Amino acid sequence: MEKTTLYNYILGIADNNLILGQRLGELCGHGPNLETDIALTNIALDLFGQTRSYYQYAAKLSAIYKTEDDVAYLRKEREYKNVLLVEQPNTHFGFVIARQYLFDVFNYLFVEKLQHSKDETLSAIAKKAIKEVSYHKRFSGDWVKRLGVGTEESNQKMQEAIDGLWQYTNELFEMTEVDDLSVRGGIGVNLSELKETYFKEVAEVLKEATLTIPENPYFQKGGKQGIHTEHMGYILADLQYIQRTYPNMTW
Amino acid sequence: MKKNWPLWEVFVRSKNGLEHRHFGSLHAADAEMALENARDVYTRRNEGVSIWVVESKYITASNPADNGELFEPAKDKVYRHPTFYNLPDEVKHM
Repeated sequence: MEKTTLYNYILGIADNNLILGQRLGELCGHGPNLETDIALTNIALDLFGQTRSYYQYAAKLSAIYKTEDDVAYLRKEREYKNVLLVEQPNTHFGFVIARQYLFDVFNYLFVEKLQHSKDETLSAIAKKAIKEVSYHKRFSGDWVKRLGVGTEESNQKMQEAIDGLWQYTNELFEMTEVDDLSVRGGIGVNLSELKETYFKEVAEVLKEATLTIPENPYFQKGGKQGIHTEHMGYILADLQYIQRTYPNMTW
Repeated sequence: MKKNWPLWEVFVRSKNGLEHRHFGSLHAADAEMALENARDVYTRRNEGVSIWVVESKYITASNPADNGELFEPAKDKVYRHPTFYNLPDEVKHM
């Protein structure tokens, strides 16, 4: 498989972790209570840890970016390949949990398969990540149920979040050209094969949480092509500020 | 939060073979959340292999005001320590 294809394939995985981690990082010190604050920050750090491994690998393949930091901080918006779901804002705690859960179920299925990639580096990263991702899903899934059956208000807020974010779920399974090539090369994961399991599992948990799946006639997409929602620019402004203001600065 | 979540006491076994030790306390709405919070708050630096949580209200504690009658009578009863035996030299590891 071509270097550029592999490079782009890695970014497609890593950017999801980076942007979701950044969103969770925004909550550091602002969680609803001390314990949840630490829990969400832990998840953010897990995601950043995985992102670093992916970006270090990507930097080895890139002709332009030399280090993991270059890959993380110096790209333009259109070059980020994350799905739209992970860039959605922390509107309220229900949104934080819904976004996390809808991503975690996907991420678990994905990383589980990635362990069997022919690419040794990707397979090694996946084998290390699977335990973290498994815990993330447990944490967010428990919260979905807790808020769903909690009080009338928590149920209503959780439902509002599911209604708002459901339109971004389908994109998780969209196969790009890079995905197709990677699957053919034995390196990538066939996303369409995960779809049925995903929606079945999510439906079961939402049912248990007394939440309903919105009937969506339309799903959003574009993130994988680098066409993002209006939130992305603000995220990058925060994320890249230091490197843009003081180029090449290090700790 | 108008009403605080109940308080839970956290016990962590730091490695197999050792007993669970009291690590601290935290707030959580239910037992499952208490366990997850304990994992995130107390074992994120590789401190444990097993966690117990129990709601603090189920712990019956002695009253500090009773310390006199509970603990002071033991103070002058040194003979309760097994320190009055002469050990033969052949006995090691005691």
